[in-house]
Amino acid sequence: MNYDIHKIRSYFPVLKQKVYNKPVIYFDNAASAQKPVQVLMQQERLHNDFYGNIHRASHYMADKATEEFEGVRDKVQQFIHAENREEIIFTKGTTESVNLVATSFGEQFLSPGSEIIVSEMEHHSNIVPWQIIALNKGAKVVKLPFSDSGELQTGLLPELINSKTKLIAVAHVSNVLGTINPVAQIIETAHQRDIPVFVDGAQAIQHIPVDVQALDADFYAFSAHKMYGPNGVGVLYGKKKWLEQMPPYQGGGEMISEVSFEKTTFSEIPFKFEAGTPNITGVIAFGAAIDLLQETGLENIAGWEQELLTYATRKLKEIPGMQIYGEAPHKSGVISFNIEGIHAFDLGTMIDKMGVALRTGHHCADPVMQRYNIQGTVRISFGMYNTIEEIDLFIKALNKVRLMFGQVAT
Amino acid sequence: MTIEEIQKEIIEEFSVYDDWMDKYAYLIELGNQLGPLDPKDKTDQNLIKGCQSRVWFVTEIKDGKIHFRGESDAVIVKGLVALLLRVVSGRTPEEIMKNDLHFIDDLGLKQHLSPTRSNGLLAMVKQIRLYAVAYNRIES
Repeated sequence: MNYDIHKIRSYFPVLKQKVYNKPVIYFDNAASAQKPVQVLMQQERLHNDFYGNIHRASHYMADKATEEFEGVRDKVQQFIHAENREEIIFTKGTTESVNLVATSFGEQFLSPGSEIIVSEMEHHSNIVPWQIIALNKGAKVVKLPFSDSGELQTGLLPELINSKTKLIAVAHVSNVLGTINPVAQIIETAHQRDIPVFVDGAQAIQHIPVDVQALDADFYAFSAHKMYGPNGVGVLYGKKKWLEQMPPYQGGGEMISEVSFEKTTFSEIPFKFEAGTPNITGVIAFGAAIDLLQETGLENIAGWEQELLTYATRKLKEIPGMQIYGEAPHKSGVISFNIEGIHAFDLGTMIDKMGVALRTGHHCADPVMQRYNIQGTVRISFGMYNTIEEIDLFIKALNKVRLMFGQVAT
Repeated sequence: MTIEEIQKEIIEEFSVYDDWMDKYAYLIELGNQLGPLDPKDKTDQNLIKGCQSRVWFVTEIKDGKIHFRGESDAVIVKGLVALLLRVVSGRTPEEIMKNDLHFIDDLGLKQHLSPTRSNGLLAMVKQIRLYAVAYNRIES
């Protein structure tokens, strides 16, 4: 494969860091990804060259900032193949995107007795906002379960869907199990009954090509910080027909057309949903992250990460007492596991001292833990800059930890 | 021995290990040595649920002294629980209240008491103090 890993790694200065005097191995990409120089430079450039609030003033610097900010909207539109640029709304992150839809869509379309189907493998941020709006509206959240291997039981959908179903919320890729869910198929089933689908794309957008029109998704949300961009920037894609029917999420500047104490009229989309001054520098720097993903090519990144996933899975399975959670045939570069006899917290604490950054705990997905009747897992998750050599070093560190906990060498 | 003397003793015990791995190996040893809690004590009421690990924690007052028992599902946390119990169990509420528990910091293990770690330890330290204050109030 023509994948220039050395060039890619050279973009990320942080990868040369040492922690506890060991070269850092960053396997916590599902939580947040490291930032390339392109993004860091863009942030600095903006503050050095021109800066002003967007959409409001008519001075040079504000115009320039507005132009670049809106340029990123076009870039996002093209990146996810949305039909219209107004369908791209900038938010703080995936969590805010979910809350926006839950609140505004819920306000308009939910009534007592309504049902929202939510998959069992969701991150808390794609469960709790639906529970809150359901509570407010007297609606009900219905669970779409998954199997032992970590695959959604989509065959149950026709039974779960009824005349009260108003929306289905599902992750494109699970943050714990790595499963790539068959969202196109779920959407097709839902659309046969005219039910819109909200897709949480936070763990997909940086790993696999996404085409919202091909998927026919009604809503698709993701965060810049997981795609090598800055923190505090997120996107909500929504089909125009839904966004136009939904009331504003927050009130403030920028989202209004005319304001008087008698009556206020609201802007058109996307501005209707972008109250207040947004993260201007963040959004503009996010553009550089999208450029990097596109230059590298999502197909290439997906191919590289699949190699890492296959290799790491094989290596992990050689370890006695290894239990991997989530073995769906279509998986992204996320592996959750436990080693019999070693608590995830103990493992995480020791391996951190060896320079390996990974995650332990419930990964903000308690229902997944309950499903397997466990307290937590160890999770490694790959990014575009990880290597086979790093996996070898990680496995070595893992075996060192096993020795410390009285397990014999393999 | 006073609380302060025991803290000093622990710091000295650890001072022979200059390598972090040996330090943790000792902590793991202490964790493995800590006797298990009676299963009847492992109730939800006695559970401090961190998102990383769980700590069970039982308290009892006898002859004016507070006796603590505890356990965790993670061995490293269990080792830290063992050290805490050694310092504070069997003390009067007053002794606990007026002494600062600085040894964890001195051992370079402070990260385990940070709120973001949420392994249940910080909550345990807080509860030790709360119990001391509460028992002290009942007695006086």
